[in-house]
Amino acid sequence: MPLYIGGTKINWFKYSSPQAFYPLAGKMIPWFTIAALLFTVPGLYFSFFVAPPDYQQGEAYRIMFIHVPAAWMSMFIYVVMAAYAGMGLVFNSRLSSMMASALAPTGAMFTFLALWTGALWGKPMWGAWWVWDARLTSELILLFLYIGFISLQAAIDEPRRAARASAILALVGVVNIPIIYFSVKWWNTLHQGASITVSKAPTMAASMLTALLLMTFAFWMYTIVVALLRVRCEILERERHTEWVAQAMTGEAR
Amino acid sequence: MSSLVTALRCVVMRDLTLAMRRRADVLATLFFFVIVVSLFPLGVGPDMATLRIIGPGIVWVAALLASMLALERMFAVDYSDGTLEQMLLTPQPLVVLVLGKTLAHWLVSGLPLVLIAPLLGLQYGIPAQGLWILVLSLLLGTPVLSLIGAIGAALTLGVRGGGVLVSLLVLPLTIPVLIFGAGAVDASLSGLGAQAHLSLLGAFLLGALILAPWAIGAALRISME
Repeated sequence: MPLYIGGTKINWFKYSSPQAFYPLAGKMIPWFTIAALLFTVPGLYFSFFVAPPDYQQGEAYRIMFIHVPAAWMSMFIYVVMAAYAGMGLVFNSRLSSMMASALAPTGAMFTFLALWTGALWGKPMWGAWWVWDARLTSELILLFLYIGFISLQAAIDEPRRAARASAILALVGVVNIPIIYFSVKWWNTLHQGASITVSKAPTMAASMLTALLLMTFAFWMYTIVVALLRVRCEILERERHTEWVAQAMTGEAR
Repeated sequence: MSSLVTALRCVVMRDLTLAMRRRADVLATLFFFVIVVSLFPLGVGPDMATLRIIGPGIVWVAALLASMLALERMFAVDYSDGTLEQMLLTPQPLVVLVLGKTLAHWLVSGLPLVLIAPLLGLQYGIPAQGLWILVLSLLLGTPVLSLIGAIGAALTLGVRGGGVLVSLLVLPLTIPVLIFGAGAVDASLSGLGAQAHLSLLGAFLLGALILAPWAIGAALRISME
């Protein structure tokens, strides 16, 4: 559907073709890398030097500045990934499915990071590496869902079928995630009565919140950079028999 | 409407006939279930007090694993001999055919587990009241396992290493059923009453009945392309 603004025709779907998106992604990567650095450096500075030590947890709480953004991103990426996969399924756009598969490893990495830092945090705070807390358990299940998505894609050789099959899996997962989350929550309260809740943080100092937000944006920008890098590789791999890839490759080699 | 019912009955009867011709497959699932449940006391120790606590959970986990075992057969034979392709071409909606196949699969691999569960529950010293709830929860829960499992089976059709992959895809999605299935027995034994758990299981069943056939149908179409 062409739309005219100031006499120029705007083609909304121009960048949905891998060929058009490949150079655009290449141009976007440096900008998002700069943004990621701009958020990471002050974010880490705030986390380690500005934010005051917690009156109960001392210095150990500082792992939160990695842990919480990682946990947020792990959930956010799954939803974005499923949305891309769903778009790929409905509109049959190849680029959307490529974006979905480019996001999956980063999402799995953040889920793992959240679990790992959670264990490191849990040991000094609760005296245990792992408790079957509702949040921990549902995060673990999220990791399983990511692994299922990635392994289904890896098991099917034909890229089109792999993309569509894993899209169905991602959508089924999205429907299931709230059900899983609440089941685990109720299961937890029924079994042992919530022993430790991570959620009830005391009102946070402003500098802590600043550090947390900066780190979250840093992780977000990092995700975009990595996803774009990966989607560029994916585009080249899937379109390697086409004319434009051959041209782009010789052009870059020159 | 009546043609839909006829189609449904046709698919169910056909699959049941086929299953009865290969009884060993049906029995294998059942014996797998019985063996897994009997292994736990050997691993954990014969202390009846412990077994009574973990019994419902073990029966449920074993049912989950046994239903995974049977999933691979669900579409594989029809896929390899071309029947599935014919089914996709029939004028009847795929949702109905898929529902029929899932129903037949449950009758063959889920219902026997439900029927033998009280016997295994007795071995774990679960009292009679708990046994009833166990049967009821399995009766509501195992069809959900079949419905969700069928999505995985359809997605991995003809994929190498499909059997292991199905478990990887499906098991995380069945966690809510496991939680409330095993929880129902626990709740009734601790005097809380199992009604809330059973209602939720019923809700899962209705939700899965409405949503899963679409996903299974879409997955089958993708696999058959």
